[in-house]
Amino acid sequence: MKKRLLSLGLAAVMAMSMTACGSSGSTSDSAEETGAASQGEESADGATFKIGGIGPVTGANAAYGQAVANGMELAIKEINEAGGVNGYQIEYNFQDDESDPEKAVNAYNTLKDWGMQLLLGTVTSKPCIAVGAESEVDNLFQLTPSGSAVACIAGSNAFRVCFSDPDQGRASAQYIGEHKLATKIGIIYDSSSEYSDGIRESFAAEAGNQGLEVVASEAFTADTNTDFSVQLDKCKEAGAELVFLPIYYQEASVILKQASDKDFKPLFFGCDGMDGILSVENFDTSLAEGLMLLTPFSVDEEGSQDFVAAYEAAYGVEPLQFAAGAYDGIYAMKAALEKAEATPDMSVSDLCDAMKVAMTEITIDGLTGEGMTWNEAGEPNKEPKAVKIVDGAYVMQ
Amino acid sequence: MKAYKNKILVQNLITYGLVIICYIVIQALMAGGHINSLLKGILVPLCIYVILAVSLNLTVGILGELSLGHAGFMCVGAFSGAFFNHAMSETIASDQLRFVIALFIGAAVAALFGILIGIPVLRLKGDYLAIVTLAFGEIIKNVINVLYVGIDGNGFHISVKDVASLGLEADGEVIIKGAQGITGTPKTATFTIGIILVLITLFIVLNMINSRTGRAIMAIRDNRIAAESVGINITKYKLMAFSVSAALAGVAGVLYAHNLATLAATPKNFGYNMSITILVFVVLGGIGNIRGSIIAAVVLTLLPEMLRGLNDYRMLIYAIVLIVMMLMTSSPKAIEYRERILASFRKKETKREA
Repeated sequence: MKKRLLSLGLAAVMAMSMTACGSSGSTSDSAEETGAASQGEESADGATFKIGGIGPVTGANAAYGQAVANGMELAIKEINEAGGVNGYQIEYNFQDDESDPEKAVNAYNTLKDWGMQLLLGTVTSKPCIAVGAESEVDNLFQLTPSGSAVACIAGSNAFRVCFSDPDQGRASAQYIGEHKLATKIGIIYDSSSEYSDGIRESFAAEAGNQGLEVVASEAFTADTNTDFSVQLDKCKEAGAELVFLPIYYQEASVILKQASDKDFKPLFFGCDGMDGILSVENFDTSLAEGLMLLTPFSVDEEGSQDFVAAYEAAYGVEPLQFAAGAYDGIYAMKAALEKAEATPDMSVSDLCDAMKVAMTEITIDGLTGEGMTWNEAGEPNKEPKAVKIVDGAYVMQ
Repeated sequence: MKAYKNKILVQNLITYGLVIICYIVIQALMAGGHINSLLKGILVPLCIYVILAVSLNLTVGILGELSLGHAGFMCVGAFSGAFFNHAMSETIASDQLRFVIALFIGAAVAALFGILIGIPVLRLKGDYLAIVTLAFGEIIKNVINVLYVGIDGNGFHISVKDVASLGLEADGEVIIKGAQGITGTPKTATFTIGIILVLITLFIVLNMINSRTGRAIMAIRDNRIAAESVGINITKYKLMAFSVSAALAGVAGVLYAHNLATLAATPKNFGYNMSITILVFVVLGGIGNIRGSIIAAVVLTLLPEMLRGLNDYRMLIYAIVLIVMMLMTSSPKAIEYRERILASFRKKETKREA
């Protein structure tokens, strides 16, 4: 009897949760319908462009997602204050994906229910691939600020703001080769990260063409990212003159500290993930002296001063390059919308078709590059900038 | 005895009925267009978690051994299924057919791993078994993270270094790309297939529990020495439960691989976190209670998604719900209180009847 009552109760709870889902679905449907109706009546002043964002704002990669959410918000506020796009205001909604492909697809579906027309995201690579497959089916325009894996923009509807991983690796090897920084290279990379592994692979492939010799290629994983003595010892024994670090700045700060403890002083060279190393808490910035990184954005360059000031005023922290990428992404969307003379009452699919053409025709002078253009595959064309840390500040090379 | 059998039959029919009714209700709502995209997208993951919870319940509830490596079996199934799908993409044209065969392959490979792991591991008991299965899950994840497998005219190439060392010919294709995993698996998993798999899982598990085999397994759980003394082959039955549980987890893994375009072994989806999540479904649903596992898996998967409107607070609420559910189902005081309320209900009922 007791069991039956209990199971009845649980069944009732479940039925209720089901009807709750059903009813929430129907309310959002009806809201959409009324929204569409009101758009039909007063498309001139009531309608807005709805831009969705997806990224991790909880979990291990929360800092990146938060930066993108902030950069996106900042750009949209500026655009709305300046009169919007083609006379229409922009509405936005940012959803958490915890950097998990499954959660990212849920977030994407949530945004679709909200009425999203354009997607800025996702922030990390694997979720981006999963969401990209969904958005391609829906033919919904997607622009990722930082999804750098090759497969992120596999669909014709997807574009990106950042460099792809192979491009970064190739550019780094070319930069080191052309400037004759060193010939014996050691690499320490995160084999469990798509970003790190992707850069290393193309770096190693290009290194041979540049006359560089990779003497040590040492991996760590997300589970073992607190002690790097083994990897550093191997690089040291192999006689590496330069250690290439295609990793994020948190791990790099530990590597720099341990290298200095070991009295191992090669030149360190990083990619865009290294940006932000000077703002790591309790990190002795003198250890980063002489560190070089190839990055599309730096807080100290002249062109980004207005953005940095506005960002710091709004959120109280220095922007990461992720924030700059999102900021540029929104302005690129704006430019493409204007180019296509798009209006919010266009269907998602029509809007996407118009945007696909317009994206290849625009040129943006953004924070992450001057004169950025896009090709049909969705890859940006911009120059990477090399930055060196001198006296605790980023200096352009 | 007959009454007992009837009772089991009724209980099992309620469980099947619950699943089928849910399916019909959802299909009806979908036909009427009353379901939002979020719920539509989460239907297949719900099936995956239900299968995982039910299959783990076989190990934890029926066999009585705490396994923390369930995500490892899921991982093995997912990768072998997706690998087969890619390797055979030219030989077998139909996506559906490939998917169905992949399900069998995933189950078979996971079962094989279940037996291989089970032989040494099942000699251990309690905490030690939990620790070893935990390690197994992590090892699987890390091995897959360094594994590169490609295919070309000469067959398969395997390496643990990088893509270049595979030595593929120009027309070769890299299938498993280390930490980047497998990308571009066709999305063939549908809710209908998911529900069918849930029903098959239930059929296997419920029938196993209520058979001679199940009673032997439960006898081992309750008293190993007594079971041995009446001539039950301990190793055989333990291995059987463990490998069936692993095979079903492998099926869930194949479903997972065919639901997302990207498959990589990250701590998030195949790490011990996932194993613990599945264990949470089992424990909160009631150890040994199959229907409870289903309900707990559905509720706890839906909850964080339904609470998206609350932004950052949703994780907090999820935690609170977990604690409350734990207290409600396990705390002696709460059980006592619950019984008292139920007893008062019963008293009223008997009064009314009188």
